[in-house]
Amino acid sequence: MKWFWCLFFAFWPIVAIALCWVSPSLGWWFPSEAASPLGRRIDDLFYMILLITSVTFVGTQVALAYALFRGASDTEPEADAKKAWYSHGSHELEVIWSIVPAFVLLFIALYQLDVWAEYRVKDAFPRDKMEAVFESINQKRSETDSLALAEVTARQFEWRIRYPGFNEDGSLKPLMADPQPTDLYAVNDLHLPASAPVMINLRTMDVQHSFFLPDLRIKQDAVPGLVIPIWFEAERQQSYQLLCAELCGWGHYKMNARFVAESDEGFIEYLRQLEREQNEDRVDEVPETDAE
Amino acid sequence: MSEASAHALEHHEPETSTGIPNKKVLMWAFLGSDCMFFGTLISTHLIYRKISATVGGNFLDIRDVFDIELTSFSTFILLASSLFMALAVSAIHKGNLSSTRWMLFGTIIFGAIFLACQVYEFTHFVHAPGNELTLSSYRGEPHVFGSTFYVLTGTHGTHVAIGVFWLVGWFVYSFTGKMSTADALDIECCGLYWHFVDIVWILIFPVVYLMEYAF
Amino acid sequence: MSSVAATEETAAHGHHPHSEDRLALLKAVPFWSTDHKVIGIQFLLTTMFMMMVGGSLALGVRWQLAFPWENMPILGYLFSGAAGGGQISPEFYTMLFTMHATVMIFLVIIPVLAGAFGNFLIPLMIGADDMAFPLLNALSYWVMWPAIFCFGASFVFNEGLWNNGLAGSIAAGPASGWTSYPALSAISSAAPGSGTAQFWWLMGVTMVGVSSMMGSVNYMTTIINMRAPGMTMMRLPVFTWMTLIVSFLIILAFPAITIALVELMFDRTYGTNFYDFLEGGKPHLWQHLFWIFGHPEVYILILPAMGIVSEIIPVFSRKPLFGYGLIVFSGAIIGFMGFAVWSHHMFTTGMGIVATSAFSILTMLIAIPTGIKIFNWIGTMWGGRIRFETPMLFALGFITMFMVGGFTGIMHSSVPIDAQHQDSYFVVAHFHYVLIGGALFGLFAGFYFWLPKLTGKMLNEKLGKFVFTLMFIGFNVTFFPMHYLGMIGQPRRTHSYNEGHGFETWNQIATIGAFILGVGILIGVYQFVTAFFNKKLKDAGKNPWDARTLEWTLSSPVKEYNFARTPIIKSRDQAWENNYGPKENHSDKVPLDDHGVHMPDRSWYPLVSGLGFLGLVLGLLFHQSVDANTGEILRDYTYAIAGGSIAIFGIIMWSLEGPAGYHLFPKETEE
Repeated sequence: MKWFWCLFFAFWPIVAIALCWVSPSLGWWFPSEAASPLGRRIDDLFYMILLITSVTFVGTQVALAYALFRGASDTEPEADAKKAWYSHGSHELEVIWSIVPAFVLLFIALYQLDVWAEYRVKDAFPRDKMEAVFESINQKRSETDSLALAEVTARQFEWRIRYPGFNEDGSLKPLMADPQPTDLYAVNDLHLPASAPVMINLRTMDVQHSFFLPDLRIKQDAVPGLVIPIWFEAERQQSYQLLCAELCGWGHYKMNARFVAESDEGFIEYLRQLEREQNEDRVDEVPETDAE
Repeated sequence: MSEASAHALEHHEPETSTGIPNKKVLMWAFLGSDCMFFGTLISTHLIYRKISATVGGNFLDIRDVFDIELTSFSTFILLASSLFMALAVSAIHKGNLSSTRWMLFGTIIFGAIFLACQVYEFTHFVHAPGNELTLSSYRGEPHVFGSTFYVLTGTHGTHVAIGVFWLVGWFVYSFTGKMSTADALDIECCGLYWHFVDIVWILIFPVVYLMEYAF
Repeated sequence: MSSVAATEETAAHGHHPHSEDRLALLKAVPFWSTDHKVIGIQFLLTTMFMMMVGGSLALGVRWQLAFPWENMPILGYLFSGAAGGGQISPEFYTMLFTMHATVMIFLVIIPVLAGAFGNFLIPLMIGADDMAFPLLNALSYWVMWPAIFCFGASFVFNEGLWNNGLAGSIAAGPASGWTSYPALSAISSAAPGSGTAQFWWLMGVTMVGVSSMMGSVNYMTTIINMRAPGMTMMRLPVFTWMTLIVSFLIILAFPAITIALVELMFDRTYGTNFYDFLEGGKPHLWQHLFWIFGHPEVYILILPAMGIVSEIIPVFSRKPLFGYGLIVFSGAIIGFMGFAVWSHHMFTTGMGIVATSAFSILTMLIAIPTGIKIFNWIGTMWGGRIRFETPMLFALGFITMFMVGGFTGIMHSSVPIDAQHQDSYFVVAHFHYVLIGGALFGLFAGFYFWLPKLTGKMLNEKLGKFVFTLMFIGFNVTFFPMHYLGMIGQPRRTHSYNEGHGFETWNQIATIGAFILGVGILIGVYQFVTAFFNKKLKDAGKNPWDARTLEWTLSSPVKEYNFARTPIIKSRDQAWENNYGPKENHSDKVPLDDHGVHMPDRSWYPLVSGLGFLGLVLGLLFHQSVDANTGEILRDYTYAIAGGSIAIFGIIMWSLEGPAGYHLFPKETEE
């Protein structure tokens, strides 16, 4: 019976590790390869920690299983049984298994700061690249204008997006803090240029929500009263999931939206489309009447 | 009942591992927990006081509301009450029941004066013409200062009121003829509580009132 | 019964009982007992019942997630709310996960680890006859019931009841999650459960906090002050140390959430602006205050379980605990550092650079003392003679499962990775691994280990092993796939999900696992509860496991007075040393005293005070109404004043009762 239990405890960790090994190929892993350079760095960080912890887990479980195997004792009669090895502890071992994990953890802790700083610290925002985007979409702006291309406002239970409108000469206006008459609106449909860092301003109308782009590994809580800038870079021109990741009420589950990364032309075309719909006077659609 | 207290004298306090009576350890543990209560409230106040300095671009000065002379007076009163409390504890240890009784009375009176000042202060602040400070507004504009101020000082005032109530209980008990040195431990615990409440006020007074005049 | 026997014996010795009690018979009912063992049993039975409630709520969650767009059989029509149709409504679902967490954390794990185990074991482990404050002990139990009442009432007495009847009221239960973030919990209209139900919830948590704090100051005083002669701090069993550390955590952490709750209640009732962003408040403040409590809270949940495991592993390896001093020290470090890591729950909220980096680093470092414990446990088993009885199986399961949970914790202590994990099923997997795989397995290990001491009967070993197997398999089948679900991107607290994301399979597998786990837990609880009545179980005797600590020198079940003569302790693991150690390590006993053993009297004033506080609280809750015609707010404090007066009356009468008590005179050989 003792062997059963030794094997039992050894078995499950092996199954767990094996499952983790095969899961990427079976699709039980990240929703997709990270679609942004920063996302890939975050994934690498995850893999590194996964590797370190797996090695530690396997090592510890092997030690545990070994101790169990050697000590399993219920088949021997009490009188002949080998006595347990008496030990109160070992200072050397204690020092080793305190210092080594401390070093490993400190290494992880400090290494990850770099990745984090890049996407969260304001001074580390890739201003130059963002400004290059403004150039290529022909946005007329000054130094102090917001770096954001859209304002995303979360509310129970949808995402409302406000884009800047166009100037007379066809160039794009910068996004203002206050809503402007020329602003363009959409619901649950965020479009931004791809292959370059872009920024949005996140707000909420009522309770806390959270802006979550799983494919890009971006998440930021929307807090009432605050306007929070978020930047990200979508490499692939496709439609991505946008989810709400903070309980906001009964409809939290249905706050799904999409984020479409377009080419620069596609982005401008999308905004033009919104503008057309907004300015449409629908005169053609009015049914004919008898009145002249 | 008198049989019980006679027996109580026979029942020496059980031996404790530290030598400190259980009730005292309990009171200290409770006071440690109470520190966290006040610490949380004071932190909340500190967080909000600078943030709530301006509303709508207008600078709002709490000093227009505070009556620092009154509050200084009541602070002194509370500190003096601690002196009476210490004297009461000392008296009961010596078995001087009459002295205990009147020192307790002094503590009660001074504690009550402190509470009366606080009640006056609160009603005065809420109705101060042109400078109304309520739980949710200041001069009619929505504001946080009133929330943190009233809840923090109100919690402290509630603690003082509970202490006064406890002391009144002892004062009444002292007339029943059953008070003796056996009660010294309990009165000492009451004293610990009272001194704690006093020390918290020594912290609150600078942090809430005096800081507004300095930073 | 024993108070009657005591009267006879004391009369024979010429003493009389201190309180002339005409109602002695009523007081003989164990209901009003102040004996720590009886109070421990009261906590045990109450928490086991609440575990059934919390577990049923969880099964509701799992069912909904396995078949998100289908009708629930039988019970579906009850829970579908106004929409009808037999499907769980989203409102009902938000209530389900909120109350599952609330019940499990506040009404099961804390009371059972501290209230049941702590109460039962601490005096026995340190050589005391009872807790320092038996009446306070009883009160800490009775204050649980107002809390249970408040949580139960949140399901019933809310807007849903008045609009839609009982089905509607259940759907309008508290729905802001157990974390209850404003503005969702502050604005009554933000969610169906944010109205009266949320208020009941807030009161319930406050009451639980009061109960826990009362218990904790008692444990602290007892452990510090009432140890038998020779029982130095470093001879204490690890479980006692962990309970001491946890008591510190409770009395320092619960004030933070109590203040946060008071501020939220003031916001809702009196219009203060603590969390109201439109008026200058900051919703973030709640998160900070909540997690300043919340993080030490999770260490409160796990440290006693670690203590239990630290007791069990040496017994079933027949070796002393490896590195006793360091296990105790690391427990203290975990408790202390637990106050320094709270904002790792807030990495995605946009705190500044310094704060986020600091909390991330500290969170990683807290893994070190945890690792030390695990290595020391393995060191204990190394070279030992291992017996695979049920307590040991659960302890081994603890080690394995807690490691997995700990490692996923390290993963999301890294801030960029947390951006992916936060509020996804990955986090759900993590905390269930440490809470079920850790705390619950530790709890069950403790039950199988110590119930023989409590009841005098050995639990059925075969059934116990079966329970373990079911629980282990069920648990892993339920929660391991959640790691994958989290990585794919399923957010938590969602009532359903769209097709095409690939969530269905794993959700269904997890639900099957959940039911297996539920069956295992059910059988286990059946074993625990029937152990008190089942005549067919074997007698336990004094020390059925050949265990090491002081309580195993006593008979099973333990006599009312615990120790006939106070022991004089000569070493750690006193029971083991008495059986196997050299003569100089054997414990002595204090000479038999004419005075006998002093037992505290029973009293119902703790209960009266508790009920008075409940009345006060309800009175404050419902003190205002709105005049239908003028819209004016009317405030009426009559009930609050009445309740408060009863509470004060109870306290006054309690303090006038005097030391009282009675004596028992066990014979010299009786133990």
